[in-house]
Amino acid sequence: MNSPFTGGKAKMRYTTYQLTDRVNNAIRRNMRSLAATTLISGVAFGLAGCVQVAAPDKPIVINLNINIKQEVVYRLDGDAKDLINEEADIF
Amino acid sequence: MFEYMKNNKALTILGGLALTAVVATPVMAQRDPAYEAARSSGAIGEKPDGYLGYVSSPSASTKALVEDLNIKRKAAYTRKAQATNSTVEQFAFTSGCNLIMRTTPGEKYQAPDGSWQTRSSAAPTRDSRCP
Repeated sequence: MNSPFTGGKAKMRYTTYQLTDRVNNAIRRNMRSLAATTLISGVAFGLAGCVQVAAPDKPIVINLNINIKQEVVYRLDGDAKDLINEEADIF
Repeated sequence: MFEYMKNNKALTILGGLALTAVVATPVMAQRDPAYEAARSSGAIGEKPDGYLGYVSSPSASTKALVEDLNIKRKAAYTRKAQATNSTVEQFAFTSGCNLIMRTTPGEKYQAPDGSWQTRSSAAPTRDSRCP
């Protein structure tokens, strides 16, 4: 008798050494399949990430319906002029 | 000569400054000739949002040029927006007001209705919020 519950209702199908010590035991099989799934999904995710880097063909539309108040524009006007003079090569 | 300069610190510093000026002058910010050409040919123009736009469908080189400049502009706007406690869009828009005002006759700019206009000697049509 392998089971410690010889007199009980439930009968264990495996003893502890059967679950853990065998080369192809249930826990190892589970861990192997989990590792394989993680690796495959990781590679797939990495590939998907690389593809996403391509620049869109359509022009980038910038929505101007944002809260720009005239007073803000007046406040920033001097700094904007400074920037345009400082970095004249990109303006 | 070296003995003299050793004994005259002020002169040495002046000499150093003069040398720095000579070295620094060629690094002065200037528009790239290809960018200048694309502007004056009317292929690209200034948009009210502070970025460059395509007036006609662009060549690959023009597209690369404009995208590069717009990325650099956005970086500059972001930096300045942080320094002025504003949003990037607010700072970019204010710059757009100025950039459209600074277009020279013949260059293109986008009016608030979205149409591309050629700058004349008269004042450009700009957003009503522009100073």
